Amino acid sequence: MAQKRVIVVGGGLAGLSTSMKLSEEGVAVDLFSLVPVKRSHSVCAQGGINACNDVARQQGYSEWEHFDETVFGGDFLAHQPPVLEMARMAPAIIDLLDRMGVPFSRTPEGNRDLRLFGGSLYKRTFYAGATTGQQLLYALDEQVRHHEVQGHVTKYEFWEFLAPVLDDNGRCVGIVAQDLRTMQIRSFRADAVVMATGGNGLIFGQSTMSIICTGSGTARCYQAGARLGNPEFVQVHPTAIPGEDKCRLMSESARGEGGRLWVPKKRQDSRHPNDIPEQERDYFLERLYPKYKNIVPRDIATREIFYICEQGYGIGGGQMVYLDLTEKATGIPYDVLKRKLGGILEIYEKFVGVDPLLEPMKIYPAVHYSMGGLWVDFAKDEKTGGLRKADPRNQMTNITGLYAAGEADYQYHGANRLGANSLLSCIFTGLFMAPGIKKFIESQPPVAEQAQTIYDAAVAGQQAVQSRLLNSKGTDNPYVMHRELGKAMSDNVTIIRSNAKLRQTLSLIESLKDRYQNNLGLPDSGLWNNQSLGFARACWDMILLGEAVTSAALAREESRGSHFKIPDELVDRHDLPLDKRALQRDDEHWLKSTLVSYVDGKATLSYEPVDVSLVAPRARNYGKVTAPATNAASAETAGAAV
Amino acid sequence: MIAPADIKKTVKLNILRQDTPDTHPYWQQFEVPCTPSSNVTSLLRSISANPVTAEGAQVAPPAYEASCLEEVCGSCTMLINGKVRQACSTLVRKIQSGHPDEPITIEPLTKFPVIRDLVVDRSRMFENLKRIKAWIPIDSSYNLGPGPKITPEEQQTMYPLSRCMTCGSCLEACPQFTRDNNFLGAQIFSIARYYNMHPNGKTEKDARMEVLMGEGGITDCGNAQNCVKVCPKEIPLTESIGIIGRAATVYSIKKFFSK
Repeated sequence: MAQKRVIVVGGGLAGLSTSMKLSEEGVAVDLFSLVPVKRSHSVCAQGGINACNDVARQQGYSEWEHFDETVFGGDFLAHQPPVLEMARMAPAIIDLLDRMGVPFSRTPEGNRDLRLFGGSLYKRTFYAGATTGQQLLYALDEQVRHHEVQGHVTKYEFWEFLAPVLDDNGRCVGIVAQDLRTMQIRSFRADAVVMATGGNGLIFGQSTMSIICTGSGTARCYQAGARLGNPEFVQVHPTAIPGEDKCRLMSESARGEGGRLWVPKKRQDSRHPNDIPEQERDYFLERLYPKYKNIVPRDIATREIFYICEQGYGIGGGQMVYLDLTEKATGIPYDVLKRKLGGILEIYEKFVGVDPLLEPMKIYPAVHYSMGGLWVDFAKDEKTGGLRKADPRNQMTNITGLYAAGEADYQYHGANRLGANSLLSCIFTGLFMAPGIKKFIESQPPVAEQAQTIYDAAVAGQQAVQSRLLNSKGTDNPYVMHRELGKAMSDNVTIIRSNAKLRQTLSLIESLKDRYQNNLGLPDSGLWNNQSLGFARACWDMILLGEAVTSAALAREESRGSHFKIPDELVDRHDLPLDKRALQRDDEHWLKSTLVSYVDGKATLSYEPVDVSLVAPRARNYGKVTAPATNAASAETAGAAV
Repeated sequence: MIAPADIKKTVKLNILRQDTPDTHPYWQQFEVPCTPSSNVTSLLRSISANPVTAEGAQVAPPAYEASCLEEVCGSCTMLINGKVRQACSTLVRKIQSGHPDEPITIEPLTKFPVIRDLVVDRSRMFENLKRIKAWIPIDSSYNLGPGPKITPEEQQTMYPLSRCMTCGSCLEACPQFTRDNNFLGAQIFSIARYYNMHPNGKTEKDARMEVLMGEGGITDCGNAQNCVKVCPKEIPLTESIGIIGRAATVYSIKKFFSK
């Protein structure tokens, strides 16, 4: 009998760690990726990876604290047992990465160095300069290459996942995929399939994500019957370089290492930032959050930046604030920060043309991470409070045999992800789920026995979609439609949400759907490395994901984490602090996960309770002060505490 | 730094196109909107949204590789005005400065087979990583404690080497590296140095040296030093070549005496 095989779609940290662990467990892996896996979006992660460690432990920190910070940071929307399990496994993951040769930054004694990160008062973030994601990705890439050489893993790079193949009982038994060069569409059998296809930043037009992060992998499973969980929760990172093609992330580690956010106290101050004296600067996060200062969680920092700019204090009256790493502001010598943050300083210097250690950076928030994603199951261990090891339910979507891992799932970050938890959740899910997948495939009849007809039918279905696209002769270019979608999503469904704007976005999405179906025009009808075809297909997926995100946001009548809703009648009340305008968190009605299914061509919502069995939800304000103002800006901000 | 007076609202691009690996390349000109922050990838994206040549012909958009757009994934390597660059970090205002009316030329890399237009096949680089066993061997992913201690000095030597994004710039610029030979090139020499340095990576050092001293290995390096000049990550490639060269000498002496 043929060896059982698992297909992993996506070669970032989640896909690679899944592949590595499955290989080790003796399961054959077929790994699919749009790009050589070494170019996956995980490469962009900068700041670090969180884990309880010996130093923090002796200061009073623990895995439990890490767990608590994560669910608190996520405003209690994450199921707690999976988060606890992740926090518990984190120290072992760091050791493993260390053994795999990740060049973690070191202390003088040769230990792995630590830095401060958002949402914690303890140093619990391991890092490799400011290119931690790249270093972790490369280490896992190498391990998987080693397995590839030994024949455990077969890579299909430059292949695009088109759809899962389901049998008559609804079990996922393979995929349909396309070779992006020859454009051949074919099916692949698999005893289980893992989606590790990352986030969906592209639905917002510009984001900090790579342009391959369309969310298509997720969307294609959604169209095949997989549920999405919490899609309305979208992280807008406080500090990025605004850009017309993408917003380039300036890592939270810049603030963890001492960087400070500020605006001039005087509106429209036209002086060069270096000429604005200390007492004429408003370090607004330090003023508002004396305990956490510049490393409050991202949703909070983002809203404070939005608010201060709305009040006219942004640089030149516009939508930008200073992120200051100069020695004058931080007191840290040039060379030290150069060594610790070189990777991001370089990006700023190359794209803006200014050395950010000599002159404050100009930044603004940008879409960064999808907390929501494919709904996945978990099996709680009542004895430990965490998860049952090697249980096939862990990370399985509602489609039997279809799993999800990493940013593609919705499981670990609730309503807002803490910095440096994403690399952890990617690697954790991959490593933790693999033994459960093995158990699952051992319990199932081999897919080698499945009738060929279901695979042929799935391929024929995709060929029909393709020929419809190739023959579409309308006037709507998919790249232009994507821009329209991105603009509406960015304008209406990010930092501040109101029902009027959300409804307006949904009606635009309706019209985009209609135009896509009836007036699409593909600029390339060839069958060799046709990139327009792939983008056109992804464009449809992005429209559907936009609908899921916006519908879920419209329905959720509260504010929680990244989802911040202002009633229509208060939207223009710029005289009120943001918190006074917005709906409050409403645990009584909304402490529940949003589930979105694709039914009759539309996003259909339902809900399920959140497992809060380990810590009770509590108010979340990170010690925001309501102290009297010291300047005009703070006068308006005062009283903005929850 | 923003918006020098000589920046035009549009820019001309001459793109060397090729429909398939077996067909002849041809030039096409496009005129596309351009802002002070435009980079070459955003110009290519504009063409995809409106694929019309300067002469007004509707054409298929040029194919190209791009992903992160912040010079860390290594996808978008191409020749821009004859020089190997990452298209994402090539700002139009920089390369246009002083001669804003001249078209920008964009060509695929010449040292790798063309797939279509600006897309080339760089799988040779990844295959070579397999040949030199570019990994740290581990027993398993089970929790077996931390790795070896590494001094900050060692880390600071290794870290820049580990930023190689397999973009191929060093190979494109290398006179020794051609489409039809099997020279390994600076990418591989530098990565091999990285693994040879690591306390556990050393266990495969001899096997690596066998490959590095075989056909297409270190002795074929002509020391032109172009690689280090074009590396977008400023990896000390010539230093790595020197170190691998010396390691080769030591290894061959060791081998001679252990015969």
